[in-house]
Amino acid sequence: MDLFEYQARDIFAKHDVPVLAGEVIDTPEAAREVTERLGGRAVVKAQVKTGGRGKAGGVKLASDPADAVEKAGAILGMDIKGHTVQKVMLAQTADIAEEYYVSFLLDRTNRTFLAMASVEGGVEIEEVAATKPEALAKIPVDAIEGVTDAKAREIAEAAKFPAELTDQVVNVLKKLWDVFIREDALLVEVNPLVKTGDGKVIALDGKVSLDENADFRQADHAALEDKAAANPLEAAAKAKGLNYVKLDGQVGIIGNGAGLVMSTLDVVAYAGEAHKNVKPANFLDIGGGASAEVMANGLEIILGDPDVKSVFVNVFGGITACDAVANGIVQALELLKSKGEDVNKPLVVRLDGNNAELGRKILTDAAHPLVQQVDTMDGAADRAAELAAK
Amino acid sequence: MAIFLTKESKVIVQGMTGSEGQKHTKRMLASGTNIVGGVNPRKAGTTVDFDGSPAPGGAGGTPTQVPVFGSVKEAMEATGADATVIFVPPKFAKDAVIEAVDAGIGLAVVITEGIAVHDTAHFWDYACQKGNKTRIVGPNCPGLITPGQSNAGIIPGDITQAGRIGLVSKSGTLTYQMMYELRDLGFSSAVGIGGDPVIGTTHIDALKAFEADPDTDLVVMIGEIGGDAEERAADFIKANVTKPVVGYVAGFTAPEGKTMGHAGAIVSGSSGTAQAKKEALEAAGVKVGKTPSETARLARELLGG
Repeated sequence: MDLFEYQARDIFAKHDVPVLAGEVIDTPEAAREVTERLGGRAVVKAQVKTGGRGKAGGVKLASDPADAVEKAGAILGMDIKGHTVQKVMLAQTADIAEEYYVSFLLDRTNRTFLAMASVEGGVEIEEVAATKPEALAKIPVDAIEGVTDAKAREIAEAAKFPAELTDQVVNVLKKLWDVFIREDALLVEVNPLVKTGDGKVIALDGKVSLDENADFRQADHAALEDKAAANPLEAAAKAKGLNYVKLDGQVGIIGNGAGLVMSTLDVVAYAGEAHKNVKPANFLDIGGGASAEVMANGLEIILGDPDVKSVFVNVFGGITACDAVANGIVQALELLKSKGEDVNKPLVVRLDGNNAELGRKILTDAAHPLVQQVDTMDGAADRAAELAAK
Repeated sequence: MAIFLTKESKVIVQGMTGSEGQKHTKRMLASGTNIVGGVNPRKAGTTVDFDGSPAPGGAGGTPTQVPVFGSVKEAMEATGADATVIFVPPKFAKDAVIEAVDAGIGLAVVITEGIAVHDTAHFWDYACQKGNKTRIVGPNCPGLITPGQSNAGIIPGDITQAGRIGLVSKSGTLTYQMMYELRDLGFSSAVGIGGDPVIGTTHIDALKAFEADPDTDLVVMIGEIGGDAEERAADFIKANVTKPVVGYVAGFTAPEGKTMGHAGAIVSGSSGTAQAKKEALEAAGVKVGKTPSETARLARELLGG
């Protein structure tokens, strides 16, 4: 889960990373009081989970409280790369002398953690990495040992921070590592880390991504979720405990196992090339169990998507027996009907593996007018695409 | 021969007394695994009865009483166990793996899904510091099977038969699908390495073992979006693998920045895409199928079937 800048700032403050005062608001009027509290001037910053907001006009300096109201009004509601600005953060102004970059992240390749640091911050770090790799220090961090004093010094020296700042940078790095470890983060990035005119090192803008698998020991992380921005179908699926991602196509997909469902999306997209370019409408993994209830929940979400024109249920019975899945489909359709749902989209079902013949027979005997069976994954994908293109 | 797991393997189950552990121990027994014990400190000294009735997705077996030990170390001392399958819940998984590593067991198969990545990074680091004596498979994986010999994990035992294809995959259900498509030819071993961002055994480890295994003629390698494991496997294949390799990559239609079921299945910016993985594999001479069934067809052709 990626956080907004203001949430990152709050987490930094909680772990004693030096930050500037800042408050988040969602109406222009609220800017007045906050700006007064911040000393009469403020930087108004759009809160969007994407880069390049500065260039898009999402960061403005307000010289007094009335100006802050005006600037907040201009930025709230702005579209930045497809993200509508719902909130702005008002931050204390800073006298910036230098801009640096530091981050900690998971290094998948080396199965450990990585520190990255550069004295050339304030710009997209990918650009620095691509055009001037020697300016970006990358130092592996041992997962068990972590960032010791010596490790923090190694990072600061590798990035060539000015010697007079070393102690401050070491402190920031150790505090950021606290954030990384104690919050179960996948990424903690500060860009820019600034040196102010009076020589202080401060985290001016931060990006934090958290590991949702650690929620069991991070009770306060659930509150950080941006529920307003979630797609309503994704939110409904999440409430039902389903693993669902909304996509922009027309063929609803239900399958078991993440890999098989990803593969199903691809196969449907290929099949769609011959049928008006229809595409998968969603990712939905109902997992190993695939009970009638889970199937009904899944179908309900997918049939509730107005973009969906046909549904492809693709199940390989591994541990799950296909007869159980077939019964699940039949019961799910009855359940939805009894709840008064208008089930009127064709379902293409492919069952293979454990007890596939029994499962197919159950669907054949049920003879539901909307259900069609195709024995192979490729064939079923083609049929579902064809039906969606009608 | 086979890789990592044979009929000689003596397998224990950490978390055997829980509902998932018990269900899958029954299935492993039914597919012939030599299960010699379970581990649960609170139930040490007891036994769990498996009546040999047919398990879901498998046949029945001989009725067996499996003893429960207080620790991996005790189980190893009492039984000579050399492999463990871990079913414990995510928040206890790190300690379970560390216990297995401390005991020096040769193979630890971590089935558990949803382990915090800091915990996995920690136990991986720990295993490395201990000299990598324990091969870790997973987490978030279906385990591995050597058909007709042994089955350590949750892979259905009767999809396929013994044969000469090696399989390594990030995905469980795609493993099953591929085993099913090529069931007439059969498999030497199939290894599900898992879909988490940090895993123990990699595609490369399995490829290296299959290359050295005299009973494997061809390797099917299944990847998916996220990370660069497939690209690195491609480099490894180019330099080290003489046996034919057929590949499949899932997730061409996955949008950027969205996690697709598996915690590790995410395209970040322009990295981790299915297209890049496919191109890297093809550049290494791997034939890459567009769909699972086309991949199976390619494997069949290469084996002259």
